[in-house]
Amino acid sequence: MFVDFIYELRRRKVPVGAQEAVALASALSQGLHDASLDGFYHVARAVLVHDEKHLDAFDVAFAAHFRGVYLESKAIAEDLLSWLRDPVRMRELSDEERESLKALDLEEVLEQFEQRLREQKERHDRGNRWIGTGGTSPFGTGGENPNGISVGGPGGGGKGGAMVEADARKYKPYRSDVLLDTRQIEVALRKLRVFAHEGAERELDIDETIDATARNAGEIEVVSRPPRRSNTRVLLLMDVGGSMDPYAYTVSQLFSAAKRATHFKELRTYYFHNCVYGRVWKTDAFLEQIRVEDLLAECGPETKLVLVGDALMAPYELLGAAGWSGDDGRTPGIEWLRRLRDHFHRAVWLNPENWRGYRGTTIDPIRAVFPMFDLTLEGLGEAVTELLRGGRR
Amino acid sequence: MSEFRRFRGTERYLTNEALEAAVNCSLALGRPLLVRGEPGTGKTLLAEAVAESLGSPLLTWHVKSTTRAQDGLYVYDTVQRLYDSRFGDGDVRDIRHYIKLGPLGQAFASNEQRVLLIDEVDKADLEFPNDLLHELDRMRFRIVETGEEVAAKIRPVVIITSNNEKELPDAFLRRCVFHFIDFPDAAFMRRVVEVHHPGLDRKLVDQVLDVFYKVRDGMRLRKRPSTSELIDWIAVLKKAGLGSVELDKNLPFLGTLLKKEQDLEAFADQLAGGRKYRS
Repeated sequence: MFVDFIYELRRRKVPVGAQEAVALASALSQGLHDASLDGFYHVARAVLVHDEKHLDAFDVAFAAHFRGVYLESKAIAEDLLSWLRDPVRMRELSDEERESLKALDLEEVLEQFEQRLREQKERHDRGNRWIGTGGTSPFGTGGENPNGISVGGPGGGGKGGAMVEADARKYKPYRSDVLLDTRQIEVALRKLRVFAHEGAERELDIDETIDATARNAGEIEVVSRPPRRSNTRVLLLMDVGGSMDPYAYTVSQLFSAAKRATHFKELRTYYFHNCVYGRVWKTDAFLEQIRVEDLLAECGPETKLVLVGDALMAPYELLGAAGWSGDDGRTPGIEWLRRLRDHFHRAVWLNPENWRGYRGTTIDPIRAVFPMFDLTLEGLGEAVTELLRGGRR
Repeated sequence: MSEFRRFRGTERYLTNEALEAAVNCSLALGRPLLVRGEPGTGKTLLAEAVAESLGSPLLTWHVKSTTRAQDGLYVYDTVQRLYDSRFGDGDVRDIRHYIKLGPLGQAFASNEQRVLLIDEVDKADLEFPNDLLHELDRMRFRIVETGEEVAAKIRPVVIITSNNEKELPDAFLRRCVFHFIDFPDAAFMRRVVEVHHPGLDRKLVDQVLDVFYKVRDGMRLRKRPSTSELIDWIAVLKKAGLGSVELDKNLPFLGTLLKKEQDLEAFADQLAGGRKYRS
């Protein structure tokens, strides 16, 4: 059965359990997959994955599992064939499909299916002839819907098929592997809430109502007020790579806690390496860059800036023009840090290194620009207090 | 196992295989369908399309930051009762007159199948989805004030949308069938345009899509234009009788694509500067 696939997913940290397996079995027994691997891919994805960050892991697992690179694909093919042998549960066929099925008897269909499975194994780098592409497959997927209602993207012919889709791994940027017990950090971050009464008056102000009613000689006088809501925007910049690697775990904990915190009006996270020069990146693999000027234009000065890094680098990397070549390659790192500092009302630097013990390193000039705190629970608490001071510096 | 009608999209709502599989799983398994994706990709319209294809009325529950789970079940209108008791209107002794069912309650109480859209579930408090777990699972709840139980006679089809802003609780996610709507590629978008503006000049469509994807993917914008903006833009272009568009500073009716002051500035900047904006 597909149980192996479930374990494959679990190995790849997709949280699936008995509940999902039962749901998938139930969906398959109702024939939702239309007896095709494409159908199975979509049904399994809908039932087993609950979050777009797991879509990539699912694709990887699917590709690995069903291509049979290191698993006996024979056994899986048997599974698929046994589903296929169950024509009673197939969905209602259109005339067109019935025509195409008539042309081949079931034996032939199965044979073709097996053959294609084998082909797929042999030429796994080009999955374009997988079951159900281009509407030529007897399994009736991938083409235009026979009822004349369009069924979407893969109909084009060139890019259909579950394998191709799984191989494309287009959900890769959505994954975030860290789901740890970050409750303590969340509690510390929770203090960053700044509540303000704003918006329409939609909430009953009980104290004021009682007061006003009493003044009104018992005639009810309802007083309402706008609801309280958090108005905090946070910009998180994180140093990754190099000397930061030993702290990757701690930083990722902070990151996932911030990500899960629901009381921020906005949370933006970017990555940099060593020091900020001109641009920062949206992913820790340094993809999707954004220029600092653009970032500053997008974030108002009331945004809370949090930098995370060890602030340790070769002096020329901070004080010299060692930045990335490009528009502003001549501006030294420290100048970029000052620009960041000047833009925001409140900013902190969280340092996972035992920075108090260092003298004569790049930590000192950075400390002169940013208030620096330990990346510990205690330090985080202090940093939050600093961020909450309000007003301009 | 009851047979059900497969969802295949509607004339006005195009789907793909993945979305259909997700909707059909949700229908077959009787689980809520959670739809995520960036704004303007048709999450809310999906519920309308499902309702249309099932022929069931749609109930909509727009979630706001102040919405509580209880509001969806029922509201006990104490203030009305207090007023009535003071002025002698209505039957104050029967609390049932002051119990008003919310969208979820209405869907349960109805004698026919309903499609319930819980829109933008992530807008509400973190605990909001958790508070609905039991009700969505068992499809029943008790009205504390009267002791009555409201149980679904026919399981409503529940479609939940989320804007991807906040994480939802795991326990909640586990009970849902999940679908993530990708932003459509140019080929699919062409068909979407064809549905909304049939018979549009092919050359104009080419140009419009070219400009649209350049603006959307090539520029750094705060709010990137989405499908709904594109449809609006074409509608305006058609009204104005323009036969061709080109990506330059005076792009006609730019305001329908870009909604933010900064984006308009960024647009002018990136074009006027002559700099390669796709860095």
